[in-house]
Amino acid sequence: MATLEIRDLHVSVDTENGPKEILKGVDLTIKDGETHAIMGPNGSGKSTLAYSIAGHPKYTVTSGSVTLDGVDVLAMSVDERARAGLFLAMQYPVEVPGVSVANFLRTAKTAIEGQAPKLRTWIKDVNAAMEKVAMDTTMAQRNVNEGFSGGEKKRHEIVQLELLNPKVAVLDETDSGLDIDALKIVSEGVNRFREQGDRGVLLITHYTRILRYIKPDFVHVFVDGKIAEQGGPELAEQLEAEGYDKYVRAAV
Amino acid sequence: MTVTEAPNVARAVETSDKVASHLHPTPSYDLADHPVPTGREEIWRFTPIKRLGGILEGEASDAHLTWETDLPEGVTLRQITAEEARALGESLPADRPSALAVANAGGAMLLDVPAELELDTPVVVRLRGSSADDLVWGHLVVRVGNHAKVAVVLEHAGSARYAASTSFLVGDGAQVSAVTIQDWDDDAVHLGRDAIRVGRDAAVRHSAISFGGLVRLNTEVVYDGPGGEAELLGLYFADAGQHLEHRLFVDHNAPRTRSNVDYKGALQGEDAHAVWVGDVLIRKVAEGIETYESNRNLVLTDGCRADSVPNLEIETGEIEGAGHASTTGRFDDQQLFYLQSRGIEEDEARRLVVHGFFADIIKKIGVPALEERLMATVEAELEKNVGARPGAGA
Repeated sequence: MATLEIRDLHVSVDTENGPKEILKGVDLTIKDGETHAIMGPNGSGKSTLAYSIAGHPKYTVTSGSVTLDGVDVLAMSVDERARAGLFLAMQYPVEVPGVSVANFLRTAKTAIEGQAPKLRTWIKDVNAAMEKVAMDTTMAQRNVNEGFSGGEKKRHEIVQLELLNPKVAVLDETDSGLDIDALKIVSEGVNRFREQGDRGVLLITHYTRILRYIKPDFVHVFVDGKIAEQGGPELAEQLEAEGYDKYVRAAV
Repeated sequence: MTVTEAPNVARAVETSDKVASHLHPTPSYDLADHPVPTGREEIWRFTPIKRLGGILEGEASDAHLTWETDLPEGVTLRQITAEEARALGESLPADRPSALAVANAGGAMLLDVPAELELDTPVVVRLRGSSADDLVWGHLVVRVGNHAKVAVVLEHAGSARYAASTSFLVGDGAQVSAVTIQDWDDDAVHLGRDAIRVGRDAAVRHSAISFGGLVRLNTEVVYDGPGGEAELLGLYFADAGQHLEHRLFVDHNAPRTRSNVDYKGALQGEDAHAVWVGDVLIRKVAEGIETYESNRNLVLTDGCRADSVPNLEIETGEIEGAGHASTTGRFDDQQLFYLQSRGIEEDEARRLVVHGFFADIIKKIGVPALEERLMATVEAELEKNVGARPGAGA
């Protein structure tokens, strides 16, 4: 079981003109087995929410709380959060020159588990995870994300999701820039993760397209740093038809 | 990052034997041609002259480094006179320290690799100084015969005030990997000069690896015929208060020659100073050549300084390609965040990133026996930083 609880979260970033508040009081509870979609226009703060949960140093939490099974996440370092069971699939996965995918995955798995995985089964697991997302297994010898296409980077994120198997996965616009085949592959990966039954997913997206493949239990509309509306999957359909206009206007 | 592509025009400078570059005084054995620098000269302006322990004054000394060698079968090492070294065709000294070294060393050591000898194990020369009180003049000639294939590793350790001229005379069609490792104690001063003559169709890879001591190393390449290739690699790690200076000069004086310069360094700690000056001269005769030089610095802490000066002097536009790149960057926080977000602790993440930064250079050095050791040394250097950082590992 795992519950990620976000209470009245306020987050700001430093700008040339001083700190600017991006998140203005976010409340959200993700229980185990639940998939929540967060949808919103550009600049509404969706990615800030993702990065704040993961602990990116650029974002300062000014008030509120984030807890995972009652434990204070905000007091943890970035790596501690990952070891506690949080995972962030990034919109723009970072290239790490000179570090092979194989080395990266093994180092991450070792860190998460507290011990090195057994070599033989591990190689099998890595190859299987890569094959499931139609990644050539020779890519394990390439440097992390270096020279990967946009789609390959996203599939590599799903490989990590599969291998590290966190309690709660935050997917930040994992669907952006994917063609329909890649979108299906990535969605299937997320669905395999969900099928374990006790995993939480926070799916951040700008488009409704991915929600045809990953059925959310709850949909939240994110506008101007907070949740403006919430509902079930039907809310996504409504957004598909009407867009964000009425929420954006209401927020101004 | 700045990437400069050579313009496809020739500059109207006619040169023959004389080096036109202001960065490179006319080579000469005559000490009068290499006056004691004040520090304001272009070629000395980055060097902390006051910290050179009086080497530039050129006092006589018969102190030596201790030599320990691994000489595979067929390779010989013997003493020759300075005149004999000159007759072998070594490049003339291009600055005061190398001119002093040749003048004061009282003869040279000749490391001789006969023609067509192909070796699987490297020639290793371990040079060790016992004290920074010792002033040592060194003069070494490495001669590699035609079509020979060899790796030569020169390791410097311990302490000394050391000025040396090392010549690599590489025969036609030979393949040479030369590695010079400067892993001195902190109080050592090393003013070195590696002058490489690349034979027709020969391929030379020279790797300068500097971890410790005050080091100023000139690497010079000149071609004895067309078709020669020089790959000049460098790896350095400057700590607090340390000065590591690498100067390169590739003289494309023959057609269809190639050069590739790739130096990478990390800096950490207050007043860590790295200097890289890369100069490539493409003479009028050097048609169809290709050259690229790159220097990348990774700044790990505040208080460091990296000077990086690429320079290209072009006298013919009839070339395949010429360019350079120089970057000096802070540690990439995005990389760190990405690795940490996968559960990897900050120290380990830093190690991975620095590892990754140096990994391609270490692989390119092409002496497998060294790879692991160099990575270990990089890790040990990094440890100083990671260990010293307040709150590390918390």
